Amino acid sequence: MLSADEVKHIATLARIGLTDTEVTHFQKDLSAVIDWFGELKDVDVTGAPAETSMAPESNRAAADVDVLSGEAAQILENAPGKKDQYFKVKSVF
Amino acid sequence: MIRELHEKIQSGEMKAADLVWARFALIAGRDGNLHAFLSTREAEALREAEAIDAAVAAGETIDLLAGIPGAVKDNIVMANERTTAGSKILDKYVSPYDATVVTKLKAAQAIIIGKTNLDEFALGSSTELSAYGPTKNPIDDTRVPGGTSGGSAVAVAADMAAFALGSDTGGSIRQPAAFCGVYGLKPTYGRVSRSGLIASASSLDQIGVLANSTEDVAIVLSRIAGEDVFDGTASVRPVPRYEDLLTGDIKGKKIGVPDEYFTDKLDAKMKAAAFAALDVFKSLGAEIVFISLPHSHLALPIYYIVQPSELSSNLSRFDGIRYGLSVNDQEDSLERTSTLLETYLDTRKVGLGPEAKRRIMLGTYALSAGYYDAFYKKALAVRALLRQDFQKAFETVDVIFSPTTPEVAFKLGAKTDNPLQMYFSDIYTVTANLVGVPAMSFPIGTIAEDGVALPIGGQFMGRWFEEETILNLVHAFEQAGKRVSL
Repeated sequence: MLSADEVKHIATLARIGLTDTEVTHFQKDLSAVIDWFGELKDVDVTGAPAETSMAPESNRAAADVDVLSGEAAQILENAPGKKDQYFKVKSVF
Repeated sequence: MIRELHEKIQSGEMKAADLVWARFALIAGRDGNLHAFLSTREAEALREAEAIDAAVAAGETIDLLAGIPGAVKDNIVMANERTTAGSKILDKYVSPYDATVVTKLKAAQAIIIGKTNLDEFALGSSTELSAYGPTKNPIDDTRVPGGTSGGSAVAVAADMAAFALGSDTGGSIRQPAAFCGVYGLKPTYGRVSRSGLIASASSLDQIGVLANSTEDVAIVLSRIAGEDVFDGTASVRPVPRYEDLLTGDIKGKKIGVPDEYFTDKLDAKMKAAAFAALDVFKSLGAEIVFISLPHSHLALPIYYIVQPSELSSNLSRFDGIRYGLSVNDQEDSLERTSTLLETYLDTRKVGLGPEAKRRIMLGTYALSAGYYDAFYKKALAVRALLRQDFQKAFETVDVIFSPTTPEVAFKLGAKTDNPLQMYFSDIYTVTANLVGVPAMSFPIGTIAEDGVALPIGGQFMGRWFEEETILNLVHAFEQAGKRVSL
């Protein structure tokens, strides 16, 4: 089973704050699913490419031209904090 | 059905505005209990319908979908409308733009009457995990409608909408379609643009259609499919008028029945219903071929590595900065210790529900140093083996048949405390997303439980970009009118 410290480490990497109760809960919960992943361990994958997509067609690139969407003001409307035409964020440190 | 409604609107026998108004009356009557909709657009929808009526009165020929009331799952954005994805973190989010499918529905002059409920960020199998409360099954309101497109399935099943768009990452269109007794198609990956769909897992997500008949599904698919400058994975292949290809002639079509999907673990009644459906196909001239998909048992573990991995990356954008909820417990701290990291941690702690947290952490774990090769990379390789199974099967059969779900709609609350048990609801559906093929659930009958006849679905998976083959088979079955009651 994952330790409490392991769960806290994963949560920090995932940028999710957890209560102590949640940490205990996720120790059990996550471990059950991760144990299940073990079913793949012994599968022979010789000759099977690890592709990130199963799409039968490859991605198409868009034409490299700049387009003004004109939506900047509307996009900023959804921002929790803004100043002039900028998103407002807390200090990094 | 859409074609009949269209003919009445076009001939002037029925006003589009009356049709739309009647749906809002139904919503007012039933949706307080069922909770299929998260928001509705009465005034706008009626105005749009009146414009159709004016066009008809002026002698214009309108599209099959013009004036037809439809609903859109609330993880598909629509300009100037609230879009929550079933999450509190997007409670106040108003989209600045239309999803491509919405643009296309608008171009066809379909009337979007509202946005439907879903499990938060389309994570779940019952629509109980919506931050705005569960949706209930209209056939038995003590049971779940399935999920995650539960709101869309209920809107259609209860006739509150003539069609609905859903999204399907591992069965989220097909499983609720089966539980609610309607038709639900997940198209081939790349058939429909995903632009404006709030991403769950980018290599698995696909927008599709739920409706009350095969033809209705075909009519809507013809209008939402196709290439898109905003989605590089949307295929440039031409889009047929699928509704014109429903000949009902299925003679000689080969239906594959995989041994792995019909083991002793499958519920006996479900198995009997599936074979009764196969008998109908046989009587219509199709051929049944027993096949093997040897890696089938690995589909769920692959899915629960790949899906959370992609999800953890996609949901990182919900961080309290650009949109949605923003929380920082240190906001008023005199020490001014409040940092950006705390905004991230606090916002996501408060704004995300337990399943979203669970999957983001699973994905983060599978992608983290030391585990990436053992989990994520390994899952991708096994996924390629799964695709090889399908490529081989499609050399001999045209489609692959199975039940859509291992059981009928379960009771509300039955699985919410056990995530693994909930994950097993998707055992027949995740594979189509993993390999990218089109798949459709269609009603094949009912199984009685507690005195209620509960719908069950059959599922066809087809070759990449051969939606018309599946649609025609399902259409033939629908026309035969031979559903089983067990």
